[in-house]
Amino acid sequence: MSIFGEVPLAAPVAVFKLSADFREDQCPSKVNLGVGAYRTDECQPWVLPVVRKVEKMIADDHSLNHEYLPILGLPEFRSSASKIALGEDSPAIKDNRVGAVQCLGGTGALKIGAEFLRRWYNGTDNTKTPIYVSAPTWENHNAVFSNAGFEDIRPYKYWDAGKRGLDLTGFLGDLENAPDHSIIVLHACAHNPTGTDPTQDQWKQIADVMKQKNLFAFFDSAYQGFASGNLDKDAWSIRYFVSQGFELFCAQSFSKNFGLYNERVGNLTVVAKDQDNLNRVLSQMEKIVRITWSNPPSQGARLVAITLNTPELFAEWKDNVKTMADRVLLMRAQLKEKLKALGTPGTWEHITEQIGMFSFTGLNPKQVEFMIKEKHIYLMASGRINMCGLTSKNIDYVAESIHEAVTTVQ
Amino acid sequence: MALLKSSKILTSVGAQAPVLAVLQLRASSWWTEVQMGPPDPILGVTEAFKRDTNPKKMNLGVGAYRDDQGKPFVLNCVRKAEAQIAAKKLDKEYLPIVGLADFSKACAQLALGPDNEVLKSGRSITVQTISGTGSLRVGANFVARFHNASRDVYLPKPSWGNHTPIFRDAGMQLKAYAYYDPKTIGFDLKGALDDISKIPEKSVIVLHACAHNPTGVDPRPEQWKEMAALIKKRNLLVFFDMAYQGFASGDIDRDAWAVRYFIEQGHNILLSQSFAKNMGMYGERVGGFTVVCKDAEEAKRVESQLKILIRPIYSNPPMNGARIASTILNTPELYKEWLEEVKGMASRIIRMREMLVSNLKKEGSTHNWQHVTDQIGMFCFTGLKPEQVERLINEFSIYMTKDGRISVAGVTSGNVGYLAHAIHTVTK
Repeated sequence: MSIFGEVPLAAPVAVFKLSADFREDQCPSKVNLGVGAYRTDECQPWVLPVVRKVEKMIADDHSLNHEYLPILGLPEFRSSASKIALGEDSPAIKDNRVGAVQCLGGTGALKIGAEFLRRWYNGTDNTKTPIYVSAPTWENHNAVFSNAGFEDIRPYKYWDAGKRGLDLTGFLGDLENAPDHSIIVLHACAHNPTGTDPTQDQWKQIADVMKQKNLFAFFDSAYQGFASGNLDKDAWSIRYFVSQGFELFCAQSFSKNFGLYNERVGNLTVVAKDQDNLNRVLSQMEKIVRITWSNPPSQGARLVAITLNTPELFAEWKDNVKTMADRVLLMRAQLKEKLKALGTPGTWEHITEQIGMFSFTGLNPKQVEFMIKEKHIYLMASGRINMCGLTSKNIDYVAESIHEAVTTVQ
Repeated sequence: MALLKSSKILTSVGAQAPVLAVLQLRASSWWTEVQMGPPDPILGVTEAFKRDTNPKKMNLGVGAYRDDQGKPFVLNCVRKAEAQIAAKKLDKEYLPIVGLADFSKACAQLALGPDNEVLKSGRSITVQTISGTGSLRVGANFVARFHNASRDVYLPKPSWGNHTPIFRDAGMQLKAYAYYDPKTIGFDLKGALDDISKIPEKSVIVLHACAHNPTGVDPRPEQWKEMAALIKKRNLLVFFDMAYQGFASGDIDRDAWAVRYFIEQGHNILLSQSFAKNMGMYGERVGGFTVVCKDAEEAKRVESQLKILIRPIYSNPPMNGARIASTILNTPELYKEWLEEVKGMASRIIRMREMLVSNLKKEGSTHNWQHVTDQIGMFCFTGLKPEQVERLINEFSIYMTKDGRISVAGVTSGNVGYLAHAIHTVTK
């Protein structure tokens, strides 16, 4: 008799299973539009030129070692990463009320933030505080918060499938009806999976309601730079909320905009009312980090810190980010043109109106299944495609396949 | 609740100065009720050490190896592996949730021995984790979720300080079994067996595989045999923590003997491994978590659940350290070099132990310091009392944890005299 006799086989995590299926597919024309990682026009992973440069600098510097980082992470990484989100001239930073925790990717930042909130927000160990996530949202948001102990995770209206855009009325309505002190998870830019972001004006309305209702803003910023190609533009929502006096968390990921996926580089930026509150918050986050991973990995953080803190390298990085963002914009424009040229039924404006790595095509589950099984084009069941999986070589095939799916599969 | 409290203050202030009341409302924070957390008892020692300006200061707190100049030591085999990896210009794509396969395989082989029947039959699963802490955390979460037969985790008395909050936060209850005898400054076999004989069936029991932290006191093989038989009889779930393989005796097989013996005796163990110390990869966070199962089918089920558990914590682990460790473990010349370097580190520590004792004798100390050389691994449980530790910190700038544990790795031929003098001063 085994103690693990009753352990059930868990369903695989969807997005990784998709990639696994893609890898096993023998069809030469297969296309992977699944997991969110950038690809070049040759459909290859791209290690940013600035990253290779800094990697070599690190490798050649024999004064560096592999000692433990502090629990909260590499100081020069934390502060430069927060500056990226809040802006070089952020008044909050000048007021010494901004701090950060280096975490294992964006996921890790969400995790530490969630664990802290469950212990210390809205009372102590209050697991009943509602967590609101957009409908739809990144599939791991739910699990991060429920594993942190929160019992009540609810959707807020976001994606309007009918008009293929933002359901602002529904969104604001759900915020109005949210219990005071609810926690709202907001995508800073390049919403995953819909690619649909509120306009600046819409963000102002969202902030107004949240302030009135004392709702907590927890930003998830995984694509800064990737949405428009401009770092400041992509951080506008976060900075607006800070300017409106919100205390907030921002989980930052450098997986995509630095292409450092497997080095797990993330930062939880904390904006508090003042330095005293900030220090107490960070001290408690330290305790949470210590029982989760003790201290974070150094390689990726070093790399990012050197890049952000060295003017020429910083400029080169921004350029690399723009390269990626521009290629995505190009693929969006071309996909839309091709679908229009094919006369594919429906409107396809959303392909260029949506922003960032992903597009919510509007394909239904049956059509998605057709794409995968008949066309060997892999995308998420939600109809989400990763624009980075498109190349000049496969875009015709993909457009034709979408056309076939829409016209022959109901 | 924070907001309620501040509104009470407002009622009084508001009566006199409405404008002030509004300002106070704006200035109130979500975090008013958040207490200042205490510094970590172990890592906090280093922070205090860093602030000290005394040129003679010594950091004997955290277990990080230092060379005889007191400097961090990057292993040669690590530098070579790094150069090899850099030359390959690999991409940075996400690792699977369970990490780098080549690493996990080699990690398991290192612990169990490459010819272990468990590995041949595929009846275990090893996942890459965020060093030892991350491994224990994943293991604690796994046990909390799936080991419904018991909520109790038994730690040796004393144990690594972080064991308790990790298991507690995962939802387990902490209990203890006798381990260290302060009278003999050695292993309390009788006490341990007595306590273990009373542990309710199916409880989890944590064992330090070698180089017990903080005491440096390990059971001898025949004592391990008695423990294994009794633990089997009590039907306990064994969770080994092996953070110092290679560091205890200098021999990786010898240091893994207890782990392998237990498996041989039919215990399906849980195992946490760290490469922080034995490869000097502290900040790269390299570790593994292993579950030995009944058969390959069960291992697959367990693996699937570990993925579900890991994904909402950090999605997938960092590549850099695992890639380095994998290169070393899987490249014969590098592996050989690594074994020599580990032996070198362990030998230096053994030498420092000997020098500390001889220096104490030279100082004229009449106490029995045999435990310093009897104990094994990075740490020494000096036997010093908290007041004596305080004096060492305040009067001599010698930093260690309150329990009198010193990291011998922080001792050098250059400072061992100063250390002996200080210890003698506070103990005479």
